[in-house]
Amino acid sequence: MIFDEELSQLKEKILRMGAMVENAVRDSIRSLVERDSELAKRVIEKDHQINALDVEIDEDSIRLIALRQPKASDLRFITTAMKITTDMERMGDLAENICDRALELNQEPILKPYIDIPKMCRIAQGMIRDALDAFVTRDKKLAMDVIMRDDEVDDLKHAVLNELLFFMIQDPTTASRAMKISFVAQYLERIADHATNIAEMVVYLVEGRIIRHLALPER
Amino acid sequence: MVESNLKAESKNLNFYYGSVYALKNVNLQIAEKKVTALIGPSGCGKTTYLRCFNRMHDLYPHNKYEGEIILHPDNINIISPEIDPIEVRMRISMVFQKPNPFPKSIYENVAYGLRVRGVSKKQVLDEKVEKSLKGAALWDEVKDRLDMLAFDLSGGQQQRLCIARALATDPEMLLFDEPTSALDPIATSKIEELIIELKNTLTILIVTHNMQQAARISNFTAFMMLGELIEFDKTDKIFTTPSEKLTEDYITGRFG
Repeated sequence: MIFDEELSQLKEKILRMGAMVENAVRDSIRSLVERDSELAKRVIEKDHQINALDVEIDEDSIRLIALRQPKASDLRFITTAMKITTDMERMGDLAENICDRALELNQEPILKPYIDIPKMCRIAQGMIRDALDAFVTRDKKLAMDVIMRDDEVDDLKHAVLNELLFFMIQDPTTASRAMKISFVAQYLERIADHATNIAEMVVYLVEGRIIRHLALPER
Repeated sequence: MVESNLKAESKNLNFYYGSVYALKNVNLQIAEKKVTALIGPSGCGKTTYLRCFNRMHDLYPHNKYEGEIILHPDNINIISPEIDPIEVRMRISMVFQKPNPFPKSIYENVAYGLRVRGVSKKQVLDEKVEKSLKGAALWDEVKDRLDMLAFDLSGGQQQRLCIARALATDPEMLLFDEPTSALDPIATSKIEELIIELKNTLTILIVTHNMQQAARISNFTAFMMLGELIEFDKTDKIFTTPSEKLTEDYITGRFG
């Protein structure tokens, strides 16, 4: 069926966008940790590709809704696709924000070795990958697992912020750098939140239930 | 499932065209003053089911009903042999796939059912004809030419005339068998708006092949296949998250 072909093309585009976002997040943190400003600039330059795919996927989805009048799981798939791309596009922007901070921080002496931030990044990347895998395979269990992992990122963020606060109190001349690093931690935490949104949409895709604002026991 | 009052319900309804077993134990509740749509592939039994409601099958020998169709609030079984089919058809009218006006004037088409039932006073007929034509959203278009032959109306107008004819006997329930499949999109949307309007005063059961139509106008949808009721639920549930794989496959066009 032509429609099945069109749906799999849409799925393929979402996966392509997901891979680009995951790479952008990884490279943004790498540009910070490895003080590689060239890499940061490349990530910023490539963000328009993510934006272009965002628009393309939206247009494809609207066209499919108008021309194919999707129903049931097809309808849930397309509406999910549209929401997921919004989250992915925001993650791309956040990776770009991380690069902006990296470009600034790379001009100044290192404040401290980065330990928890790369850890946060690894978890967030895994969440993005698994949320999209769950989307493609309609795997509710994996989606729920992604949602649970968000807490780890939140905890790490708080640890990072506390540590940075300690630096600032000890030596106010570190404030500028510490603040920029704390922004990076915030951005990563937001990225994990967007991955969580995607995982929540997967539950809708599979079961038709919107769990976004439900407390854990009701999910 | 159906939270509002019930107008009718079929209980273990079986139907046979001679040796052909066409409806298999269909249990379905029809909510009062709501639109219930019957969907399913050709030959699934949806039209057969609809026709049970005004005893159309009685016109042919060898057809056999089993089970009950209870009409509320008086709790009568309308397929029982003791119930007069004419009585049933007064209370439950039918509109067919193709407009089928009588070869008479617009006025006489609407008045026909009343005349057959012995109404002859001009004033009563005039009032009923006007009320029915207004109810079918046709009055403004034909009020100056009621003597015109019905065949001279457009297809969409003819179909609304058939609806007016069905309304003339003040039925409690209207049956529609694919009422727009022979009409263009504009005439279709007029009929659909009319159906939505009519449900304020009566109960509607509609068979449609057009799933968008079922989605647009119905409150409840029943999906049938091979003479069986597969799934029945609120229309928005059926079209977003059906419970049955068969329903899902049908409405997403994977078979049927």
